Amino acid sequence: MTGFYTLFYKEVLRFWKVSLQTILAPVITALLYLTIFGHAIGSHVKVYNSVPYNGFLVPGLVMMAMLQNAFSNTSSSLIQSKITGNLVFILLPPLSHFEFFMAYVLAAVVRGLVVGAGVFVVAIWFVPVSLPHPLWSILFGLLGSIMLGILGLIAGIWAEKFDQLAGFQNFIIMPLTFLAGVFYSIHSLPEVWQQFSHLNPFFYMIDGFRYGFIGASDVPVWQSLAVVSGCTFVLTVIALQLIKTGYKLRH
Amino acid sequence: MSAAIHIQSISKSFGSLKALDQVSFTVNQGEFFALLGPNGAGKTTLISILAGLTRADSGHIQVMGHDVVSDYRHARRAIGVVPQELVFDPFFTVRETLVFQSGYFGLKHNDAWVDELLENLGLTSKANVNMRSLSGGMKRRVLVAQALVHKPPVIVLDEPTAGVDVELRQSLWEFIQRLNREGHTIVLTTHYLEEAETLCNRIAMMKQGRILALDDKTHFLNKTGKRELHLRLDSAELPEQLRSRCKSQDKDTFHFTLDNLGELEDIMSLVRMAGRQIKDISLPEASLEDAFVRLMQESQS
Ligand SMILES: Nc1ncnc2c1ncn2[C@@H]1O[C@H](COP(=O)(O)OP(=O)(O)OP(=O)(O)O)[C@@H](O)[C@H]1O
Ligand SMILES: [Mg+2]
Repeated sequence: MTGFYTLFYKEVLRFWKVSLQTILAPVITALLYLTIFGHAIGSHVKVYNSVPYNGFLVPGLVMMAMLQNAFSNTSSSLIQSKITGNLVFILLPPLSHFEFFMAYVLAAVVRGLVVGAGVFVVAIWFVPVSLPHPLWSILFGLLGSIMLGILGLIAGIWAEKFDQLAGFQNFIIMPLTFLAGVFYSIHSLPEVWQQFSHLNPFFYMIDGFRYGFIGASDVPVWQSLAVVSGCTFVLTVIALQLIKTGYKLRH
Repeated sequence: MSAAIHIQSISKSFGSLKALDQVSFTVNQGEFFALLGPNGAGKTTLISILAGLTRADSGHIQVMGHDVVSDYRHARRAIGVVPQELVFDPFFTVRETLVFQSGYFGLKHNDAWVDELLENLGLTSKANVNMRSLSGGMKRRVLVAQALVHKPPVIVLDEPTAGVDVELRQSLWEFIQRLNREGHTIVLTTHYLEEAETLCNRIAMMKQGRILALDDKTHFLNKTGKRELHLRLDSAELPEQLRSRCKSQDKDTFHFTLDNLGELEDIMSLVRMAGRQIKDISLPEASLEDAFVRLMQESQS
């Protein structure tokens, strides 16, 4: 337990010590999106016939910030430790693969939630937001951060150089996030693209998370929960296996 | 009593390069053991496998009776490794680094020992300094401290004195010798052969992934056989009968190479018979370096 807790605490302290970049910067980025998109589109569009665009956008931005930062926490910590070589300090002690996994992922969840809360608090200053089903939002926020924390873990283990990690981020994480309906409801898309969106697990995370805010969703919230839980489970199994076999960690 | 380290036919290849080829040996508890060999011999690779950082292609290693793969939790608790590369985490201070390292080993209240480590490694004044702003030698000290946080019975040091000043080298070795006296097993690699010669009691010599020789230090020193003899006489002239044997001369000092110590007697009696006087004599002990160089050359042919 102490081993796990220490690694978890170290990972939290690591981003906390540079919170200007790891917390404040993403909050400001989200705020910029809100200002620009909210202003440009906000007054013309209503989603689901009655929801004002800004009220639709805020949960999307909160979730996007959580996902990106959870991913970034595990992946950047691992790649830095691998490249500078200080990962040996974690590979030498008798930490089990489960402790390793839990510590990294939970620290990513903490970062995701802190950034998400930051974006939320700042956003409700500018945009009136209601939260009729907070438990759904918390559940999806948690699951989304866990899933992206695990994805970051896998990417960090796989990547050997910073540009490989950047590739993973630019070609997989970014498109999946932006195409997940942060800025629009997929019902406003052509039929083909709607079908396509249903293959994107990120879409279910954001749709489920947003349900907590606006009480409406593109797909039934239970379906989203099932998809997100299923993906998280599969990624967990993969990540645990990678750590256990020492893939790219213990040569 | 189980061996401190038991290595059984370990092989490891990187692509077509055989870094380790059927390496087997045992280090007993309480030994001060040196693993010597030229660059690329495979020392670090072997240590990495020992520490669980690298997986062997075949073979087994036990540390204090625990297999480093199947029983890694016990094995890793039993071993402390000072890596060759100068690595550090730039986010934290020296004390944070050591407290975290203790935590990874499941130790919550380790402050007394951390303080003692800081003290013994001359780091007390740097305890709250960020790792980034330490000099290279200081970082190396922290690496040593990190390897010792859990008081491992087996301590492995991969070139711990590279880039370290004389003073620390001495105090480091004093500290390590103290740990050895208290029962810790020490395994050391170094390119400073005098260090191995003064500190270790058993030595393995490696080259190209194989163990060339493994013996008590005294054996290495005696095995050389050949000894140098420096003889200063009362004048710069050598007795007739010795001229053929003399290798070189500086004024009144003559240098000989003896195939064995028996030859010393011949030379002395020839000097006496010629009625000459010996002003000074020295017979330097065979050094580990001689043995090392000879062994490496022999292995080439
Ligand atoms: N990760 C790796 N990938 C490919 N080759 C490697 C790797 N690690 C080591 N080698 C090779 O294996 C051989 C043994 O290397 P090793 O680092 O064990 O030598 P060493 O005895 O520690 O040398 P030194 O005295 O220079 O530290 C070398 O030829 C090295 O190039
Ligand atoms: Mg080496």
